[in-house]
Amino acid sequence: MDLSFTNEEVAFKSEVREFIENNLPADVKDRYSRGIHFTKEGQERWQKILNSKGWLAPNWPGEYGGTGWTATQKYIFAQEMGRASAPPPMPFGVSMVGPVIYTFGNQEQKDYYLPRILQSEDWWCQGYSEPGSGSDLASLKTKAVRDGDDYIVNGQKIWTSHAQHANLIFCLVRTDQDVKAQEGISFLLIDMDSPGITLKPIIGLDTEHTLNEVFFDDVRVPVKNRIGEENKGWTYAKFLLGNERTSIARIAQSKLRCEHLREVASAERVDGGLLQDDADFMRKLNQIEVDLMALEYTELRMLSKIEHGETLTAEPSLLKIKGSEIQQRLTELLVESLGMYGAAYEALEVREGRNDQNFAPDYAHGPMAEHLYLRAATIYGGSNEIQRNIISKMVLGL
Amino acid sequence: MDFELSEEQVLLKDSIDRFVKDNYSSEDRIKLSQTDLGFSRDHWKTMAELGWLGMAFSEEVGGFGGGAVETMIMMESMGRGLVLEPFVSTVLLGGALIAEAGNEAQIEAIIPELIEGNLMLSFGYAEAQSRFNLNDVETTASKSGDGYVLNGTKAVVYHGGTADKIVISARTSGASRDADGISLFVVDTDAAGVDIRSYATVDGQRAADVRLENVTVPTTALLGAEGKAGPVIEKIIDRATGALCAEAVGAMTAANEITNEYIKTRKQFGTAIGKFQVLQHRMVDMYMEAEQSKSMSDMVAMKLDLGYEDDTRKAVSAAKAQVGKAAKFVGQQSIQLHGGMGMTDEYSIGHYFKRLTTIEMLFGNTDFHLNRFSNLS
Repeated sequence: MDLSFTNEEVAFKSEVREFIENNLPADVKDRYSRGIHFTKEGQERWQKILNSKGWLAPNWPGEYGGTGWTATQKYIFAQEMGRASAPPPMPFGVSMVGPVIYTFGNQEQKDYYLPRILQSEDWWCQGYSEPGSGSDLASLKTKAVRDGDDYIVNGQKIWTSHAQHANLIFCLVRTDQDVKAQEGISFLLIDMDSPGITLKPIIGLDTEHTLNEVFFDDVRVPVKNRIGEENKGWTYAKFLLGNERTSIARIAQSKLRCEHLREVASAERVDGGLLQDDADFMRKLNQIEVDLMALEYTELRMLSKIEHGETLTAEPSLLKIKGSEIQQRLTELLVESLGMYGAAYEALEVREGRNDQNFAPDYAHGPMAEHLYLRAATIYGGSNEIQRNIISKMVLGL
Repeated sequence: MDFELSEEQVLLKDSIDRFVKDNYSSEDRIKLSQTDLGFSRDHWKTMAELGWLGMAFSEEVGGFGGGAVETMIMMESMGRGLVLEPFVSTVLLGGALIAEAGNEAQIEAIIPELIEGNLMLSFGYAEAQSRFNLNDVETTASKSGDGYVLNGTKAVVYHGGTADKIVISARTSGASRDADGISLFVVDTDAAGVDIRSYATVDGQRAADVRLENVTVPTTALLGAEGKAGPVIEKIIDRATGALCAEAVGAMTAANEITNEYIKTRKQFGTAIGKFQVLQHRMVDMYMEAEQSKSMSDMVAMKLDLGYEDDTRKAVSAAKAQVGKAAKFVGQQSIQLHGGMGMTDEYSIGHYFKRLTTIEMLFGNTDFHLNRFSNLS
């Protein structure tokens, strides 16, 4: 047992820190540190910078463009990204469909799609949830019927984040109605420009457009766009969800939020003093910091297991539950720190369109947007209740 | 960065696990805790023979050179069986203070005997008014001729009634609560003027209130420099707090296993109650609290082995705050999930609950450590 970093790891940390400091565009950093949504152009610009360094997809195997880093190096990289308010790459390509393609796809699919993800040529979105299939994902009804070399797809997906920017969607579709729900699902890669696909925005609590409905009306999808075998899609889907969970704990980013909260508390005035002298407020922050530390060392303990060749079972679910709860508590406290300015809120476009900004401190712009958006953190990626079901079954055997 | 045990550490863990398995069934433990002594001198001998009493001491003082990680391993395994022997009091408090602050003669006189299993120690630091503030010392030691005269009362001194010697913190100068002016003395429990009132604690162990009335000790009883014991006490209590976190992890893990097994077998409404989602999710929350405590306990042990800095102190308090919160939750919910069975004293789960309840208080409760964590930033 040893907590220290090797000299090489310390050097690596400096290298990462320096690279991000010198290359992260200021506008990208500002949006991300406030917790407001990215622009497609800014996100793409940053992803291309990361990729030019070869750092876009550290988790991928070296042969497909990964970095070949150890688990500790990956941890250091994630910490440094979080510390610098550098947004991670869009997860749908790099963390979700990419690993499915290099694990279960054929050579042609690997050769075509993987480089395009690395070069940010494709924007992916995730076609999982349906109006009747949320937590019970396997009950999905979107249907794909074989017709020669094509599937004809009919149905609807919902809660599809950032689909308006995407040119590709990976989709779970039903290819067999007559078997157990999990055994009749296939995994298709579908061009968003295909005739028969329509998109309808869903305006979220933050009055922003991140979510969408995607409708499929007799959409023709070449059979060669199927990943792996027909009716084995559930296996690939679960593999993807496992990867998704580990990436949504966002520990480094939450650490930065804690620091930011301390800064706000040292600026906000209350009862002739400062918010940082309010014991009740600071106690909440300290409790979150302790919880975050416990989560961080739990993640490190898991990484150590992986480096020793152990396979994780439901541990990622723990990271997802605790990580998302902490994110919510942090943004809630951030809103609380603003006093009545917590109530001031307009969608970004409306706010930026004004010539007459209010007189609130600059840091008051952002927390409510994030507070609203992050209510989804305990719902997406499998709700926290579903995560508890997973731990209950896989670890406790209940 | 590595959280895995070395081969030697695995062997250490296995040997203590075996000892616990062979000697600490629930019935054995209940019986043992009800004896006058409250633990077993035979077990103590075994622990000495197996080298556990010397594990935490450096080779310079005659120990086996184990670090905080080895202590963590031992404490976690002992926590699983709620071991009653005065390991913390003798080795991690009394012995550690002597090894840390003592001169050659003092170390020579005490540590080898301790490691052999012939000498038990205890540490009297807390007082009725001090709660968890280690600097709040009203017991006095005044210079007199060739020695010191001690006056005051120490509260809830774990294993004070069975110790051969008690290390006592006393004020040689300064006002009460000053960090400066605290000294440590090794006091024989049979010295004139020492009044020890021993009693049971709720966790099946023994503690004592120790009154010192004009107790005369020679200058050779002074441990370390006069008036400079404050930082020594803080360091040793922090190290013991780290070890206590490990004990809690062991106890929580065992409590969770017992409870999980119970809800799998207990039937109501025609089915195992573990099939009810509300209980499954509760059990998952208990599991997660224990896992996160384990992460903090491991972290603190490794940090303590890297040195003792400001951020080590902060890490100890963070760990204790997490463990304290978790110990309460896991302990209380274990009883809840057992229903009426959880309320019976002859069933094992209640004893885990009671030990976890005292662990939450020992060396500073959750509120105390959350505040300390905050003040150290």
